[in-house]
Amino acid sequence: MAEQLFYFLIFPGLLFAAIVGGLLSWYDRKITAWVQFRKGPPLFQPFYDFLKLLLVKETILPKHGSKGVFLAAPVFAVFGASIAGVFILLPLLGIETGFKGDIIVIFYLLTIPSLTYIIGALASGNPLAAVGGSREMKLILSYELTFLLVLAGIIQKAGMTISFNEIISLQTINGAFAGSISGILLFIVFIFCIQAKLALVPFDMPEAETEISEGIMIEYSGTPYAMIKMAKYIMFFILPAFLIGLLWGGLNFEGINILWSILKILFVVLLLTLIRNTNPRVKIKQAIRYFLVWMNLLAIIAIVLSYFGL
Amino acid sequence: MGFKEFCFKKSLWLFHFGGASCNNCDIEILDCLTPRYDVERFGMLLVGSIRHADVLLVNGSINQRDKSRLLELYEQAPKPILVVAIGACGCTGGIFAEGNTFAGPVDKIIPVDAYIPGCPPKPEAILAGIVKLLNK
Repeated sequence: MAEQLFYFLIFPGLLFAAIVGGLLSWYDRKITAWVQFRKGPPLFQPFYDFLKLLLVKETILPKHGSKGVFLAAPVFAVFGASIAGVFILLPLLGIETGFKGDIIVIFYLLTIPSLTYIIGALASGNPLAAVGGSREMKLILSYELTFLLVLAGIIQKAGMTISFNEIISLQTINGAFAGSISGILLFIVFIFCIQAKLALVPFDMPEAETEISEGIMIEYSGTPYAMIKMAKYIMFFILPAFLIGLLWGGLNFEGINILWSILKILFVVLLLTLIRNTNPRVKIKQAIRYFLVWMNLLAIIAIVLSYFGL
Repeated sequence: MGFKEFCFKKSLWLFHFGGASCNNCDIEILDCLTPRYDVERFGMLLVGSIRHADVLLVNGSINQRDKSRLLELYEQAPKPILVVAIGACGCTGGIFAEGNTFAGPVDKIIPVDAYIPGCPPKPEAILAGIVKLLNK
């Protein structure tokens, strides 16, 4: 019991994932600054932001809204993100093997933060938040099918096993899945799914700060906004980690391999940041078409190729 | 300086309110976010919602219509919030001070923590004002 609590609250759950995610979020902002020839924020900037929101700022509740749901939504977002983080990181860091079928559980847990953002936005009673919530809903409907197809392709490549740990150990024996043609296609589609899940720039219409002034986050201030920031930091670490575990051979923490593992994570986050910095925001219609037609097509081609062993 | 105040001063998020402005100060404020001046190295970000703001930047002359909106924005902001009046119009009223529709400089309506005069103030002057605000 004490061991489980330690896993969920300290390592590799809530605290560890939030700290690593905060550092990755600093890395993202620093790369963005370098792309724009700026200097960028100091190293602990995400933690200053989080602590300021948590300790200093006042929390304002909406007058015409459901206050309980409004306050509960960020808590559930942190729960969902950190439990998904535990199920991803336990096999990935080699602490425990997980259970059979945990990929399906992780898939459902990863949608909880987005769902709770929608619920919180609709509970705030703000019309701009409602617009943001409906956009996020459409975005979820478009990328979830693609994400499921990617997972189906990976399960097909791994010989119909649905255990995350077995997929990782299969790759350490036979080489990473991303070394084949179908693996590269799945990697590309997965990167765009992460981009939409994290609501980064080509797909950030739920929280477009220039049109609908931060959309789903518009009414949040103080401690609830700090919780949302924390859920975002956790998601920013566990989604690239999930990608590395499924397609790029997992992480290894023996000797010099620790450097290689860190470089893998930094490379995936660098890809996300560069896509975010070189693309404009698309319309919601374009995003739905992009996922439902092109990304699904790519994922299906990858599944067919992997059926023939390519 | 306590830990809370340290975190607060390390991460000031800005919200920009332009009154009946001639747009010069607005452009100079946006200049501070560009590569040459880059206020993000002090942890400052321009946010889109007043609920996330720590600093309310007010520029332009405040007329009868702006007055109620500025008051409402100030009441909607989560406390503590710092208010900075930018430009001659924000600080004193400038050439509009005697006008019919003028509703008083910013400090007559809401409490102001820092004044940055100039018409418009250079980005260097805005940065100097920010540094003074951080050391206050």
